[in-house]
Amino acid sequence: MKKSLKTIIVGFSFAVISLFAVNIQAEEQIRIVGSSTVFPFSTAVAEEFGRTTKYKTPIVESTGSGGGMKLFCAGMGPEHPDITNASRRIKSKEYKKCTKAGIKIVEVKVGYDGIVLANSKKGEVFNLTTRDIYLGLAEKVPANEDGSKLQDNPYKTWQDVNPSLPNIKIEVLGPPPTSGTRDAFVELAMDKGAKSFPALKELRGSSKAGKSEFKKIARTVREDGAFIEAGENDNLIVQKLDSNPNAIGIFGYSFLDQNSDKLQGANVNGVSPEFEKILSGDYAISRSLYFYIKKNHIRMKPSIVQFAKEFTSGSSMGTDGYLVDKGLIPLPRDEYKKVKSNTKNLVELEL
Amino acid sequence: MTDKALTLKRKFAETRFKIYGLASLFLAMVMLVVIISSMTYRSIPAFTNYGINLEIKLANEFIDKDDLDYRGIIRETIFSLDSECDDRKCRRSFSKLFSSGAAYDLRDALEEDESLYEKNFNFYILFSDDADLFYKFGIDKNLPENERRLNDQEILWLEGFQEKGLVEKKFSSNLFTNGDSREPEIAGVLGAVIGSMYTILITLIISFPIGVLAAIYLESFASKNRITDFIEVNINNLAAVPSIVFGLLGLALFINFFGMPRSAPLVGGCVLSLMTLPVIIIATRASLQSVPPSIREAALAMGASEMQVVFQHILPAALPGILTGTIIGLARAFGESAPLLLIGMVAFVVDIPQSVMDPATALPVQVYIWADSPERAFVAKTSAATLVLIFLLIIINLAAVILRKKYELKW
Repeated sequence: MKKSLKTIIVGFSFAVISLFAVNIQAEEQIRIVGSSTVFPFSTAVAEEFGRTTKYKTPIVESTGSGGGMKLFCAGMGPEHPDITNASRRIKSKEYKKCTKAGIKIVEVKVGYDGIVLANSKKGEVFNLTTRDIYLGLAEKVPANEDGSKLQDNPYKTWQDVNPSLPNIKIEVLGPPPTSGTRDAFVELAMDKGAKSFPALKELRGSSKAGKSEFKKIARTVREDGAFIEAGENDNLIVQKLDSNPNAIGIFGYSFLDQNSDKLQGANVNGVSPEFEKILSGDYAISRSLYFYIKKNHIRMKPSIVQFAKEFTSGSSMGTDGYLVDKGLIPLPRDEYKKVKSNTKNLVELEL
Repeated sequence: MTDKALTLKRKFAETRFKIYGLASLFLAMVMLVVIISSMTYRSIPAFTNYGINLEIKLANEFIDKDDLDYRGIIRETIFSLDSECDDRKCRRSFSKLFSSGAAYDLRDALEEDESLYEKNFNFYILFSDDADLFYKFGIDKNLPENERRLNDQEILWLEGFQEKGLVEKKFSSNLFTNGDSREPEIAGVLGAVIGSMYTILITLIISFPIGVLAAIYLESFASKNRITDFIEVNINNLAAVPSIVFGLLGLALFINFFGMPRSAPLVGGCVLSLMTLPVIIIATRASLQSVPPSIREAALAMGASEMQVVFQHILPAALPGILTGTIIGLARAFGESAPLLLIGMVAFVVDIPQSVMDPATALPVQVYIWADSPERAFVAKTSAATLVLIFLLIIINLAAVILRKKYELKW
């Protein structure tokens, strides 16, 4: 008995020593945080970068756009990230926090991402307008034509919302409020839908209080079971749609692209969510993707410049690049050129 | 009611209870079997890969070993399959069928065997995930071309390879020898397994001695008063705290205050040991209590000091219980991903960690990252990674059973 105790203790100390004996000195390595939407693109570039250069592969964390900004603007030094990804532009509040900490930022626009509403191929294609989306999904909707009176959302089927839509129960699987996709969806689709009511539009333009009142009306999603929060995992939504032909799912374009044999995207305002139409900006629900470089860190980690070069190169971000295979909607030619030269010259962002 | 009827009633109640017990056991077993078998079924495609055997012609060519264009060589080799494909668009779509990892496989093969530089040899080139899925599941050709991952021409090529007998299915060793990757056919769990091992080792190193010593002190030496009561209540509370809270604590304490590196197994291990400590303390105290007092009294009667009693008699007798408790606590930590999110271990890490200070991720996190990836081939990979996780957990729990059996004492 005593012997076994001793063996354990000896083995233990041996394990401790061997763990720390290996190289404790960590080499410099680019650290990237931020949006889960940009994550698939950022990781693809990081992997390519790690393979084709002498530098180590950057570490990419998926923290969400807001979480990434918080870490990014916290300060300078090896314990803070060098790059943050965002599925929206940096907010002026975040920018102020960054500059206060002495951080100089270089903004790089990566491309676009369309948010699609899709259902199973077993069902029929939906032709939605942003107004239908608002009426179908908001908690409070106008009770009369101009929108001056509000009521709790009474619509049970899509036909109730708009007679031209199929007589199918409203059942939408979407991301939770913590997700950047949800933010962009309510901002781009539901706001537009709510604005189609004159009284609501007027409310929005009336004052600051009116604007926040409008946002509350337009962006609060109903909680009576018609909208189901399916978690951050878009793949899960895809699998659920496959087994329920009546349900509509909300997710990023890349998931529709990868599952185009099983799912079909709904037309929004008469435009189908296709690559070319998101690229041209005709498709209503699309947003820009960015990453932000901490310029101050370049002296400490010169490889950041190389990484940015790899990210903005034609073979990754360009119209034929490998990021396009991963579902990125690339920038139009002129914009791409501008972004590339700005990145090359490390032009600082000013808001 | 007669005596006989009462006895019958009691017997009936007993049988009924037994049936309930058996039924619930059966239900639990069925669920376990369903989970494991559905996981296994879904993971089957992840264990194999389709590839193509082609001859790489390096003989009779001038080669600069330091600056060899591996990608170019692979490209030249695959384009020899269809010489009519020479415009840019066609070549792009053709090379999309093959894994981008092939060039790196070639580099590794050449580095391993220098003699290859001077000859022509057969080389196994992996297909990309889309082509691989085509061979595994086929494709619905009735769909319009733009709704498929492969267009008509690409399907024609792939069918052509098969007719010529070039296509070969192999066991996917990448799954066990590689770190993470964005390409499903190259991605593997090794980085995550090693990261998890390091993390658990750190957890063990920190929480086992501290937990056992704390429990011994509380059980055998501490005087019973309000302070020890307070500590006891808090330890029990701590065991029930949601794991994400420990992540928050770890972020504030280890990373922001002590300045430890983000994403390192060292920090992960520290955080998980905070979570495991109460479990170990409670298990240790329970097994110390279960040692019969006669042992203690006998030792004291023979003139042993308090410390001798504890370390020479009670602790060895309680050891099997302590080890079981520790291993169960570690197994729980092994499957944990929520607290790792905040300390930066939910990350894309390609390189295999070499020490506890290197950035790493853990197996449950790898499962999560793959489950969230858009490429369909990752669905099978996710199940495969889950199986690896379950397999390792079974090994850990088996170790607990064996240790208990080995050191168990019957009173």
